[in-house]
Amino acid sequence: MFYREAGQFKTSYTADEAIFPILQDRFFIGAILIVAFGVIPFFIDDYWANAILIHFLVYALAALGLNILTGYCGQVSLGTGGFMAVGAYASYKLVTVFPEMNFIVVILMSGFITAAVGVFFGLPSLRIKGFYLAVATLAAQFFLVWLFNKVGWFYNYSPTGMIVSPPREVFGFLVTGPDAHPAARYLFCLSFVVVFAWAAKNLVRGRIGRNWMAIRDMDIAAELIGIRPLEAKLTAFAVSSFYIGIAGALYFSVWLGTAEPTEAFDINQSFFVLFIVIIGGLGSIMGSFMGAAFMVLLPITMKSIMVDGFGFAVGAAKHAEVMLLGSLIILFLILEPHGLARLWQILKEKLRRWPFPY
Amino acid sequence: MTQPALKRDIGDTILAVDNISLSFGGVKALQNISFSVNEHEVFAIIGPNGAGKSSMLNCINGFYHPQEGTITFKGETRRQVRPSVAARTGIARTFQNIALFKGMSTLDNIMTGRNTKMSTNIFLQALHFGPAAKEEVEHREVVERVIDFLEIEAIRKTPVGKLPYGMQKRVELGRALAAEPDLLLLDEPMAGMNIEEKQDMCRFILDVNDEFGTTIVLIEHDMGVVMDISDRVVVLDYGRKLAEGTPDEVRGNQDVIDAYLGVAHDDAEA
Ligand SMILES: Nc1ncnc2c1ncn2[C@@H]1O[C@H](COP(=O)(O)OP(=O)(O)O)[C@@H](O)[C@H]1O
Ligand SMILES: [Mg+2]
Repeated sequence: MFYREAGQFKTSYTADEAIFPILQDRFFIGAILIVAFGVIPFFIDDYWANAILIHFLVYALAALGLNILTGYCGQVSLGTGGFMAVGAYASYKLVTVFPEMNFIVVILMSGFITAAVGVFFGLPSLRIKGFYLAVATLAAQFFLVWLFNKVGWFYNYSPTGMIVSPPREVFGFLVTGPDAHPAARYLFCLSFVVVFAWAAKNLVRGRIGRNWMAIRDMDIAAELIGIRPLEAKLTAFAVSSFYIGIAGALYFSVWLGTAEPTEAFDINQSFFVLFIVIIGGLGSIMGSFMGAAFMVLLPITMKSIMVDGFGFAVGAAKHAEVMLLGSLIILFLILEPHGLARLWQILKEKLRRWPFPY
Repeated sequence: MTQPALKRDIGDTILAVDNISLSFGGVKALQNISFSVNEHEVFAIIGPNGAGKSSMLNCINGFYHPQEGTITFKGETRRQVRPSVAARTGIARTFQNIALFKGMSTLDNIMTGRNTKMSTNIFLQALHFGPAAKEEVEHREVVERVIDFLEIEAIRKTPVGKLPYGMQKRVELGRALAAEPDLLLLDEPMAGMNIEEKQDMCRFILDVNDEFGTTIVLIEHDMGVVMDISDRVVVLDYGRKLAEGTPDEVRGNQDVIDAYLGVAHDDAEA
């Protein structure tokens, strides 16, 4: 198929500002959505749901959140794990304290609660930047995990300190608990991800997104042309934490089913999501998905090639994976800060011109 | 180089700078500076490097806060104003060192100039629904007129970091114009440009002034340009005001000849 803009004239600014102005892109996204909603649910089993698909969806959503804050607004954060924990514990408290509450509302409320917490921990960003802000968010990470370990109220004083997600239905289908069908759990997560990816795209192409990017590119100039840094930074923290909170709520209640803060939400989570954003592409919605797919598939692929294919020990495969990941992150940071998303863009650019070199 | 100053209806005072003093530690950047700018005027601030010209603009748009004196804009008197408030009351500017958002396209950069006039909330924007979508298109129309006016249609979607210097200066002017300001502050808009680019820039400045009646305060080193396009000039030297008047009056002033024109002449030879 030919990938061209030619002949596709835009007759209004509305058309020019569409999310996917090029027809072929719309076909591509349409096809993915049809497969995701219409085909995969019929074939999905527990392994595919847990190891790959829900795994991917949860991290794609968390990466969208971090990308809004770091990629679009330029505020570094190492607190992602902690904010995911806020979402998870918020959803746990909501389902146990208000058992009648609609589960979609539970997830959304968890997002709003995390947004409020995120804004609070985002306050230092009004005074400090870069490295210092990263350290401040790191403090948030450790504080939040400590809090959920320490204060019994958050885990309803369960003797193990674990939280367990009780079974909940949405439109008559179980989406949490051991008896939930993988297709129902998958579709539940998928719906959130699709809706919020669309919303994120709307935000970044509008006034708020431009204000975020202006702050990222040159905060003093942004202020001088009338953008309020306070408003821009705190909305970025709010929206970002909202996304990460929802990802955390889904991570705990729909994916894992049980969680315990030190393991499920530790600093490695923060790094994992940061790596997704770096590899996928800072400041790209599409990149968040590409990075998440890459980071989810990398260990599975490495294991099947090295362990199942060549008979290496599992430990060796793990080491190789860490080394490969480290090198890739350095490479991307140095050579292509816009990540896989930019590589995809370049490929499309080439396709548009093909077969002419210029 | 350009047409002589145009016949516009010069109005009443729009900006009055009254006894402004600004110092950084021991450095007295501005000392008791007073002048006023009339509506629809093109007003130039000239003076050698370090004279305090940029500092003066920074005081007017609230980036620097003078220790003494007041600034009256559109009848409102204040000494210290926040830059975002100044922007909202109708002051827009460009910078001596280009201050564009490098990662954003020309279009998005100019759209940021409209931010003070946009108001739909974050929820409507997230849904791209009704008023939010409508607002976006309305402001896009204004921005497209600015793009037409500055003849930069071809670079609409280019990230500004990739544009040549002269073009970046033009985009920065576009961002300021998109705010539809009453007062436009231009800090060395033609610095580092070749003759052709300077001519274009002069034409844009005069057209803005002529078509939209925008009052313009500009800093410029090229004396030829200053004499051509400005209605009145104030001369600063070491933070003090040397002279104020029409280009002809200033040109004849002995202090100015000693302090500045001589310097400019040296520059031209170098
Ligand atoms: N932010 C600042 N901090 C310290 N000194 C400054 C600052 N801005 C300007 N100055 C000083 O004020 C004086 C005037 O500078 P400036 O207004 O930039 O001059 P001009 O634009 O006329 O070349 C200079 O001596 C400069 O060093
Ligand atoms: Mg200067």
